[in-house]
Amino acid sequence: MRNSGSQFLRNATIFVVAAGLVIFALSGYMQPLFRTALTPLVTVQGWLSTRFMAVYEFVTVPRDINSLRSQNQALESEVAGLQAQIIELEQQLREAQVLYALLDFARSSPESQYVAAAVIGRDPSPFLHYVIIDHGSDDGLRHGMPVITDQGLVGRIDALTATAARVQLITDPGSTVNVRLESTRTEAQITGSVTGEITLGLVSPDTTLQPGELVLTSGLGGGYPPDLLIGQVVSIRSASTDLFQSGSIQSVVDFSALQAVLIITNFRPVDISPLIPSTP
Amino acid sequence: MGFLAAFPVLIVALMLQLAIFSRLPLLHGTADLMLVVLVSWALQERVRSAWVWTLIGGLLVTLVSGLPFYTPVFGYLIATGLARMLRRQVWQTPILAMFVTVFTTTLIYHALSLGMLQIAGRGLPLIDSLTLITLPSVLLNLMLALPVYTLITDLAHWINPAEIA
Repeated sequence: MRNSGSQFLRNATIFVVAAGLVIFALSGYMQPLFRTALTPLVTVQGWLSTRFMAVYEFVTVPRDINSLRSQNQALESEVAGLQAQIIELEQQLREAQVLYALLDFARSSPESQYVAAAVIGRDPSPFLHYVIIDHGSDDGLRHGMPVITDQGLVGRIDALTATAARVQLITDPGSTVNVRLESTRTEAQITGSVTGEITLGLVSPDTTLQPGELVLTSGLGGGYPPDLLIGQVVSIRSASTDLFQSGSIQSVVDFSALQAVLIITNFRPVDISPLIPSTP
Repeated sequence: MGFLAAFPVLIVALMLQLAIFSRLPLLHGTADLMLVVLVSWALQERVRSAWVWTLIGGLLVTLVSGLPFYTPVFGYLIATGLARMLRRQVWQTPILAMFVTVFTTTLIYHALSLGMLQIAGRGLPLIDSLTLITLPSVLLNLMLALPVYTLITDLAHWINPAEIA
Protein backbone atom coordinates (compact mmCIF):
# COMPACT_ATOMS: atom_id res chain seq x y z
CA MET A 1 0.00 0.00 0.00
CA ARG A 2 2.88 2.29 0.91
CA ASN A 3 4.64 1.25 -2.30
CA SER A 4 1.68 2.08 -4.53
CA GLY A 5 1.36 5.50 -2.81
CA SER A 6 4.99 6.47 -3.38
CA GLN A 7 4.82 5.26 -7.01
CA PHE A 8 1.79 7.45 -7.62
CA LEU A 9 3.62 10.37 -6.05
CA ARG A 10 6.63 9.73 -8.29
CA ASN A 11 4.50 9.48 -11.44
CA ALA A 12 2.66 12.62 -10.54
CA THR A 13 5.93 14.45 -10.00
CA ILE A 14 7.22 13.29 -13.39
CA PHE A 15 4.00 14.34 -15.04
CA VAL A 16 4.05 17.74 -13.37
CA VAL A 17 7.73 18.27 -14.36
CA ALA A 18 7.05 17.10 -17.93
CA ALA A 19 3.98 19.28 -18.21
CA GLY A 20 5.97 22.16 -16.81
CA LEU A 21 8.72 21.60 -19.34
CA VAL A 22 6.20 21.44 -22.18
CA ILE A 23 4.53 24.62 -20.98
CA PHE A 24 7.94 26.31 -20.64
CA ALA A 25 8.94 25.07 -24.13
CA LEU A 26 5.70 26.24 -25.71
CA SER A 27 5.97 29.57 -24.01
CA GLY A 28 9.56 30.03 -25.39
CA TYR A 29 11.38 29.99 -22.14
CA MET A 30 13.36 26.86 -23.20
CA GLN A 31 14.89 28.36 -26.40
CA PRO A 32 18.32 29.27 -24.91
CA LEU A 33 18.54 25.82 -23.45
CA PHE A 34 17.62 24.16 -26.75
CA ARG A 35 20.10 26.36 -28.66
CA THR A 36 22.89 25.47 -26.33
CA ALA A 37 22.08 21.79 -26.53
CA LEU A 38 21.48 21.63 -30.35
CA THR A 39 24.53 23.57 -31.57
CA PRO A 40 27.05 20.81 -30.90
CA LEU A 41 24.58 18.28 -32.25
CA VAL A 42 24.23 20.17 -35.52
CA THR A 43 28.00 20.52 -35.76
CA VAL A 44 28.47 16.82 -35.24
CA GLN A 45 25.68 16.08 -37.72
CA GLY A 46 27.34 18.30 -40.33
CA TRP A 47 30.73 16.65 -39.80
CA LEU A 48 29.16 13.23 -40.08
CA SER A 49 27.23 14.12 -43.21
CA THR A 50 30.33 15.59 -44.90
CA ARG A 51 32.38 12.50 -44.15
CA PHE A 52 29.62 10.26 -45.37
CA MET A 53 29.33 12.14 -48.64
CA ALA A 54 33.09 11.95 -49.07
CA VAL A 55 33.00 8.20 -48.61
CA TYR A 56 29.97 7.96 -50.93
CA GLU A 57 31.71 9.91 -53.66
CA PHE A 58 34.85 7.87 -53.25
CA VAL A 59 32.82 4.73 -53.83
CA THR A 60 30.79 6.06 -56.76
CA VAL A 61 33.50 8.16 -58.59
CA PRO A 62 35.00 5.32 -60.67
CA ARG A 63 31.68 4.92 -62.46
CA ASP A 64 31.57 8.68 -63.16
CA ILE A 65 35.16 8.74 -64.55
CA ASN A 66 34.30 6.03 -67.03
CA SER A 67 31.22 7.85 -68.17
CA LEU A 68 33.15 11.14 -68.29
CA ARG A 69 35.90 9.53 -70.33
CA SER A 70 33.43 8.17 -72.85
CA GLN A 71 31.70 11.56 -72.97
CA ASN A 72 35.05 13.26 -73.42
CA GLN A 73 35.99 10.97 -76.28
CA ALA A 74 32.67 11.61 -77.98
CA LEU A 75 33.09 15.36 -77.56
CA GLU A 76 36.68 15.27 -78.78
CA SER A 77 35.69 13.39 -81.91
CA GLU A 78 32.86 15.88 -82.43
CA VAL A 79 35.28 18.81 -82.01
CA ALA A 80 37.71 17.20 -84.48
CA GLY A 81 34.90 16.76 -86.98
CA LEU A 82 33.79 20.37 -86.51
CA GLN A 83 37.36 21.64 -86.91
CA ALA A 84 37.69 19.71 -90.17
CA GLN A 85 34.41 21.23 -91.30
CA ILE A 86 35.66 24.72 -90.36
CA ILE A 87 38.87 24.23 -92.37
CA GLU A 88 36.89 22.96 -95.35
CA LEU A 89 34.43 25.85 -95.13
CA GLU A 90 37.24 28.39 -94.78
CA GLN A 91 38.84 26.93 -97.91
CA GLN A 92 35.51 27.13 -99.75
CA LEU A 93 35.06 30.69 -98.49
CA ARG A 94 38.47 31.73 -99.79
CA GLU A 95 37.72 30.16 -103.18
CA ALA A 96 34.31 31.83 -103.24
CA GLN A 97 35.89 35.21 -102.38
CA VAL A 98 38.34 34.84 -105.28
CA LEU A 99 35.54 33.84 -107.64
CA TYR A 100 33.27 36.69 -106.44
CA ALA A 101 36.10 39.16 -107.07
CA LEU A 102 36.59 37.77 -110.58
CA LEU A 103 32.84 37.87 -111.19
CA ASP A 104 32.65 41.50 -110.02
CA PHE A 105 35.50 42.37 -112.34
CA ALA A 106 33.84 40.58 -115.27
CA ARG A 107 30.57 42.44 -114.59
CA SER A 108 32.37 45.78 -114.41
CA SER A 109 34.01 45.16 -117.79
CA PRO A 110 31.19 43.76 -119.93
CA GLU A 111 32.92 44.62 -123.20
CA SER A 112 35.13 41.55 -122.84
CA GLN A 113 34.13 37.91 -122.70
CA TYR A 114 35.79 35.83 -120.03
CA VAL A 115 36.41 32.23 -119.13
CA ALA A 116 37.35 31.59 -115.51
CA ALA A 117 39.95 28.92 -114.78
CA ALA A 118 41.69 27.55 -111.73
CA VAL A 119 45.47 27.45 -111.45
CA ILE A 120 46.39 23.77 -110.98
CA GLY A 121 50.15 23.80 -111.19
CA ARG A 122 53.41 25.57 -111.90
CA ASP A 123 56.14 24.82 -114.40
CA PRO A 124 58.59 22.22 -113.05
CA SER A 125 61.57 24.31 -114.19
CA PRO A 126 62.50 27.04 -111.70
CA PHE A 127 63.98 29.09 -114.57
CA LEU A 128 60.55 29.65 -116.08
CA HIS A 129 57.45 31.41 -114.77
CA TYR A 130 54.50 29.50 -116.19
CA VAL A 131 51.31 28.24 -114.56
CA ILE A 132 48.99 25.46 -115.68
CA ILE A 133 45.23 26.16 -115.75
CA ASP A 134 42.35 23.70 -115.88
CA HIS A 135 40.71 24.95 -119.10
CA GLY A 136 41.87 24.32 -122.64
CA SER A 137 40.84 24.49 -126.28
CA ASP A 138 37.56 22.67 -125.55
CA ASP A 139 36.53 25.74 -123.53
CA GLY A 140 37.28 28.13 -126.38
CA LEU A 141 40.78 29.11 -125.30
CA ARG A 142 43.36 29.84 -127.99
CA HIS A 143 47.08 30.51 -128.10
CA GLY A 144 48.02 34.06 -127.11
CA MET A 145 44.81 34.98 -125.30
CA PRO A 146 45.43 37.41 -122.40
CA VAL A 147 45.06 36.13 -118.86
CA ILE A 148 44.09 38.48 -116.05
CA THR A 149 42.73 38.59 -112.51
CA ASP A 150 40.45 41.19 -110.98
CA GLN A 151 43.65 43.02 -109.98
CA GLY A 152 45.47 43.17 -113.28
CA LEU A 153 47.41 41.44 -116.04
CA VAL A 154 48.77 37.95 -115.38
CA GLY A 155 50.15 36.85 -118.76
CA ARG A 156 49.00 35.03 -121.85
CA ILE A 157 48.33 31.51 -123.03
CA ASP A 158 51.47 29.87 -124.32
CA ALA A 159 50.39 26.28 -125.01
CA LEU A 160 47.13 24.34 -125.01
CA THR A 161 45.66 20.91 -124.77
CA ALA A 162 41.96 20.10 -124.97
CA THR A 163 41.45 20.44 -121.22
CA ALA A 164 44.40 22.45 -119.90
CA ALA A 165 46.61 25.34 -120.87
CA ARG A 166 50.00 26.74 -119.95
CA VAL A 167 50.14 30.46 -119.20
CA GLN A 168 53.31 32.48 -119.54
CA LEU A 169 53.35 35.01 -116.69
CA ILE A 170 54.55 38.55 -117.28
CA THR A 171 57.31 37.80 -114.74
CA ASP A 172 58.81 35.12 -117.04
CA PRO A 173 62.22 36.07 -118.41
CA GLY A 174 60.90 35.51 -121.95
CA SER A 175 57.89 37.80 -121.50
CA THR A 176 57.79 41.28 -123.04
CA VAL A 177 54.77 43.59 -122.84
CA ASN A 178 54.32 46.98 -124.44
CA VAL A 179 53.04 49.38 -121.80
CA ARG A 180 51.93 52.94 -121.27
CA LEU A 181 52.61 55.12 -118.24
CA GLU A 182 49.28 56.45 -117.07
CA SER A 183 49.99 60.09 -116.26
CA THR A 184 52.47 60.91 -119.00
CA ARG A 185 50.96 58.52 -121.57
CA THR A 186 54.51 57.55 -122.54
CA GLU A 187 55.06 54.24 -124.28
CA ALA A 188 57.54 51.80 -122.76
CA GLN A 189 58.18 48.11 -122.41
CA ILE A 190 58.33 45.68 -119.48
CA THR A 191 60.25 42.43 -119.31
CA GLY A 192 60.28 39.66 -116.76
CA SER A 193 63.33 38.13 -115.17
CA VAL A 194 64.56 34.86 -113.76
CA THR A 195 63.87 36.11 -110.22
CA GLY A 196 60.33 37.20 -111.09
CA GLU A 197 61.06 40.93 -110.97
CA ILE A 198 59.51 43.10 -113.67
CA THR A 199 61.74 45.67 -115.32
CA LEU A 200 60.48 48.76 -117.06
CA GLY A 201 62.59 49.77 -120.06
CA LEU A 202 62.70 51.85 -123.22
CA VAL A 203 61.34 54.93 -121.42
CA SER A 204 62.25 58.08 -123.28
CA PRO A 205 64.81 60.23 -121.39
CA ASP A 206 62.51 63.24 -121.90
CA THR A 207 59.84 61.64 -119.74
CA THR A 208 59.64 62.58 -116.08
CA LEU A 209 59.33 59.24 -114.40
CA GLN A 210 57.94 59.21 -110.86
CA PRO A 211 57.71 56.34 -108.38
CA GLY A 212 54.10 55.30 -107.92
CA GLU A 213 53.23 55.87 -111.55
CA LEU A 214 50.68 53.36 -112.81
CA VAL A 215 51.66 51.11 -115.69
CA LEU A 216 49.02 49.83 -118.14
CA THR A 217 49.16 47.80 -121.31
CA SER A 218 49.39 50.00 -124.40
CA GLY A 219 47.93 47.56 -126.91
CA LEU A 220 50.83 48.21 -129.28
CA GLY A 221 52.05 45.14 -131.10
CA GLY A 222 48.69 43.46 -130.82
CA GLY A 223 49.78 41.04 -128.13
CA TYR A 224 47.53 42.41 -125.36
CA PRO A 225 44.44 44.60 -125.27
CA PRO A 226 45.06 48.17 -124.08
CA ASP A 227 44.49 49.57 -120.58
CA LEU A 228 45.00 46.43 -118.52
CA LEU A 229 46.60 47.37 -115.21
CA ILE A 230 50.04 45.87 -114.60
CA GLY A 231 51.45 47.64 -111.56
CA GLN A 232 53.28 50.74 -110.48
CA VAL A 233 56.79 52.06 -110.76
CA VAL A 234 58.76 51.56 -107.55
CA SER A 235 62.25 52.65 -108.55
CA ILE A 236 63.88 54.47 -111.42
CA ARG A 237 67.32 54.04 -112.96
CA SER A 238 68.43 56.83 -115.20
CA ALA A 239 71.82 58.17 -116.18
CA SER A 240 72.70 61.00 -118.49
CA THR A 241 74.65 58.64 -120.74
CA ASP A 242 71.79 56.14 -121.12
CA LEU A 243 69.64 56.12 -124.23
CA PHE A 244 66.58 55.20 -122.21
CA GLN A 245 65.40 55.33 -118.62
CA SER A 246 64.54 52.13 -116.83
CA GLY A 247 62.94 51.12 -113.56
CA SER A 248 61.36 48.39 -111.49
CA ILE A 249 57.66 47.58 -111.45
CA GLN A 250 55.69 46.27 -108.51
CA SER A 251 52.95 44.11 -110.01
CA VAL A 252 49.43 44.42 -108.63
CA VAL A 253 49.03 40.65 -108.92
CA ASP A 254 50.51 38.35 -106.28
CA PHE A 255 51.91 35.67 -108.57
CA SER A 256 52.89 33.38 -105.70
CA ALA A 257 49.25 33.05 -104.59
CA LEU A 258 47.43 32.73 -107.92
CA GLN A 259 44.35 30.57 -107.46
CA ALA A 260 41.96 31.54 -110.24
CA VAL A 261 42.29 33.63 -113.39
CA LEU A 262 40.14 35.02 -116.19
CA ILE A 263 40.96 34.51 -119.85
CA ILE A 264 39.73 37.18 -122.26
CA THR A 265 38.31 35.05 -125.05
CA ASN A 266 37.14 37.77 -127.44
CA PHE A 267 40.64 39.15 -127.89
CA ARG A 268 42.72 37.56 -130.61
CA PRO A 269 46.38 38.57 -130.60
CA VAL A 270 47.78 39.90 -133.84
CA ASP A 271 50.90 38.28 -135.20
CA ILE A 272 52.94 41.15 -136.60
CA SER A 273 56.14 39.17 -137.05
CA PRO A 274 55.73 38.98 -140.87
CA LEU A 275 55.63 42.79 -140.93
CA ILE A 276 58.92 43.18 -139.08
CA PRO A 277 61.78 43.39 -141.54
CA SER A 278 64.39 40.71 -140.97
CA THR A 279 67.89 41.94 -140.25
CA PRO A 280 70.51 40.67 -142.72
CA MET B 1 56.25 -5.19 -115.67
CA GLY B 2 59.02 -2.73 -114.75
CA PHE B 3 58.23 -0.21 -117.43
CA LEU B 4 54.47 -0.49 -116.90
CA ALA B 5 54.91 0.70 -113.33
CA ALA B 6 56.57 3.82 -114.73
CA PHE B 7 53.29 5.33 -115.83
CA PRO B 8 51.48 5.53 -112.46
CA VAL B 9 54.63 6.31 -110.48
CA LEU B 10 55.91 9.03 -112.81
CA ILE B 11 52.46 10.56 -113.36
CA VAL B 12 51.99 10.82 -109.59
CA ALA B 13 55.49 12.31 -109.28
CA LEU B 14 54.67 14.86 -111.99
CA MET B 15 51.38 15.81 -110.34
CA LEU B 16 53.12 16.27 -106.98
CA GLN B 17 55.80 18.32 -108.71
CA LEU B 18 53.32 20.67 -110.42
CA ALA B 19 50.95 21.06 -107.50
CA ILE B 20 53.31 21.08 -104.51
CA PHE B 21 57.05 21.10 -105.07
CA SER B 22 57.02 23.85 -107.72
CA ARG B 23 55.06 26.01 -105.27
CA LEU B 24 57.57 25.61 -102.42
CA PRO B 25 60.58 27.63 -103.47
CA LEU B 26 63.75 28.17 -101.52
CA LEU B 27 64.88 31.61 -102.68
CA HIS B 28 63.89 30.97 -106.32
CA GLY B 29 64.92 27.34 -106.57
CA THR B 30 62.53 24.39 -106.39
CA ALA B 31 62.97 20.68 -105.87
CA ASP B 32 62.83 18.42 -108.94
CA LEU B 33 60.96 15.34 -107.76
CA MET B 34 61.03 13.71 -111.20
CA LEU B 35 64.82 13.94 -111.37
CA VAL B 36 65.21 12.47 -107.88
CA VAL B 37 62.78 9.63 -108.65
CA LEU B 38 64.51 8.76 -111.93
CA VAL B 39 67.96 8.84 -110.32
CA SER B 40 66.73 6.65 -107.44
CA TRP B 41 65.26 4.16 -109.90
CA ALA B 42 68.44 4.09 -112.00
CA LEU B 43 70.52 3.32 -108.89
CA GLN B 44 68.51 0.20 -108.03
CA GLU B 45 70.48 -2.96 -108.68
CA ARG B 46 67.68 -5.20 -109.93
CA VAL B 47 66.11 -2.59 -112.19
CA ARG B 48 66.42 -3.18 -115.94
CA SER B 49 63.99 -0.51 -117.14
CA ALA B 50 65.77 2.66 -116.02
CA TRP B 51 66.18 4.06 -119.55
CA VAL B 52 62.51 3.48 -120.38
CA TRP B 53 61.50 5.20 -117.14
CA THR B 54 63.77 8.11 -118.03
CA LEU B 55 62.26 8.50 -121.48
CA ILE B 56 58.71 8.40 -120.09
CA GLY B 57 59.56 10.85 -117.28
CA GLY B 58 61.35 13.19 -119.66
CA LEU B 59 58.46 13.20 -122.11
CA LEU B 60 55.93 13.82 -119.34
CA VAL B 61 57.87 16.84 -118.07
CA THR B 62 58.40 18.09 -121.63
CA LEU B 63 54.64 17.94 -122.11
CA VAL B 64 53.95 20.43 -119.30
CA SER B 65 57.13 22.49 -119.14
CA GLY B 66 58.05 25.51 -121.17
CA LEU B 67 61.67 24.36 -121.50
CA PRO B 68 62.57 24.18 -125.21
CA PHE B 69 64.07 21.42 -127.39
CA TYR B 70 63.08 18.45 -125.22
CA THR B 71 65.55 19.61 -122.59
CA PRO B 72 64.01 17.45 -119.81
CA VAL B 73 64.42 14.28 -121.92
CA PHE B 74 68.11 14.94 -122.57
CA GLY B 75 68.73 16.17 -119.04
CA TYR B 76 67.16 13.09 -117.46
CA LEU B 77 68.96 10.74 -119.88
CA ILE B 78 72.28 12.26 -118.80
CA ALA B 79 71.21 11.89 -115.15
CA THR B 80 70.31 8.23 -115.63
CA GLY B 81 73.59 7.54 -117.46
CA LEU B 82 75.56 9.11 -114.63
CA ALA B 83 73.54 7.19 -112.02
CA ARG B 84 74.14 3.85 -113.78
CA MET B 85 77.84 4.64 -114.00
CA LEU B 86 78.08 5.65 -110.33
CA ARG B 87 76.12 2.60 -109.27
CA ARG B 88 78.92 0.42 -110.56
CA GLN B 89 81.61 2.61 -108.99
CA VAL B 90 80.16 3.03 -105.49
CA TRP B 91 77.84 0.04 -105.36
CA GLN B 92 78.66 -0.77 -101.74
CA THR B 93 77.17 2.49 -100.46
CA PRO B 94 74.13 3.18 -102.65
CA ILE B 95 72.94 6.06 -100.48
CA LEU B 96 76.26 7.83 -101.02
CA ALA B 97 75.88 7.22 -104.73
CA MET B 98 72.37 8.69 -104.47
CA PHE B 99 73.58 11.92 -102.86
CA VAL B 100 76.51 12.27 -105.26
CA THR B 101 74.29 11.61 -108.28
CA VAL B 102 71.53 13.99 -107.18
CA PHE B 103 74.08 16.74 -106.50
CA THR B 104 75.87 16.27 -109.83
CA THR B 105 72.84 15.70 -112.02
CA THR B 106 71.01 18.74 -110.63
CA LEU B 107 73.98 20.91 -111.59
CA ILE B 108 74.20 19.30 -115.03
CA TYR B 109 70.45 19.53 -115.63
CA HIS B 110 70.37 23.20 -114.67
CA ALA B 111 73.42 23.94 -116.83
CA LEU B 112 71.67 22.21 -119.74
CA SER B 113 68.44 24.17 -119.10
CA LEU B 114 70.35 27.45 -118.99
CA GLY B 115 72.20 26.57 -122.20
CA MET B 116 69.01 25.63 -124.03
CA LEU B 117 67.23 28.78 -122.86
CA GLN B 118 70.22 30.80 -124.02
CA ILE B 119 69.98 29.16 -127.46
CA ALA B 120 66.22 29.86 -127.46
CA GLY B 121 66.99 33.55 -127.06
CA ARG B 122 66.33 34.07 -123.37
CA GLY B 123 69.46 35.50 -121.89
CA LEU B 124 69.44 34.57 -118.23
CA PRO B 125 71.96 36.09 -115.81
CA LEU B 126 74.41 33.34 -114.91
CA ILE B 127 75.33 34.45 -111.38
CA ASP B 128 71.72 35.07 -110.34
CA SER B 129 70.67 31.75 -111.83
CA LEU B 130 73.42 29.92 -109.96
CA THR B 131 72.99 31.58 -106.57
CA LEU B 132 69.24 32.09 -106.49
CA ILE B 133 68.01 29.02 -108.38
CA THR B 134 70.56 26.26 -108.87
CA LEU B 135 72.17 26.09 -105.42
CA PRO B 136 68.83 26.22 -103.52
CA SER B 137 67.48 23.58 -105.92
CA VAL B 138 70.49 21.36 -105.20
CA LEU B 139 69.81 21.67 -101.49
CA LEU B 140 66.10 20.85 -101.88
CA ASN B 141 66.88 17.85 -104.11
CA LEU B 142 69.39 16.56 -101.55
CA MET B 143 66.73 16.88 -98.84
CA LEU B 144 64.35 14.85 -101.00
CA ALA B 145 66.98 12.26 -101.88
CA LEU B 146 66.81 10.08 -98.77
CA PRO B 147 63.00 9.65 -98.45
CA VAL B 148 62.55 9.19 -102.19
CA TYR B 149 65.40 6.67 -102.34
CA THR B 150 63.81 4.67 -99.51
CA LEU B 151 60.42 4.62 -101.21
CA ILE B 152 61.84 3.77 -104.63
CA THR B 153 63.99 0.98 -103.14
CA ASP B 154 60.88 -0.59 -101.61
CA LEU B 155 59.06 -0.21 -104.93
CA ALA B 156 61.95 -1.77 -106.84
CA HIS B 157 62.06 -4.74 -104.45
CA TRP B 158 58.31 -5.16 -104.81
CA ILE B 159 58.38 -5.02 -108.61
CA ASN B 160 61.59 -7.04 -108.99
CA PRO B 161 61.66 -9.57 -106.14
CA ALA B 162 64.94 -11.40 -105.49
CA GLU B 163 65.25 -14.67 -107.38
CA ILE B 164 65.65 -17.71 -105.14
CA ALA B 165 68.11 -20.20 -106.61
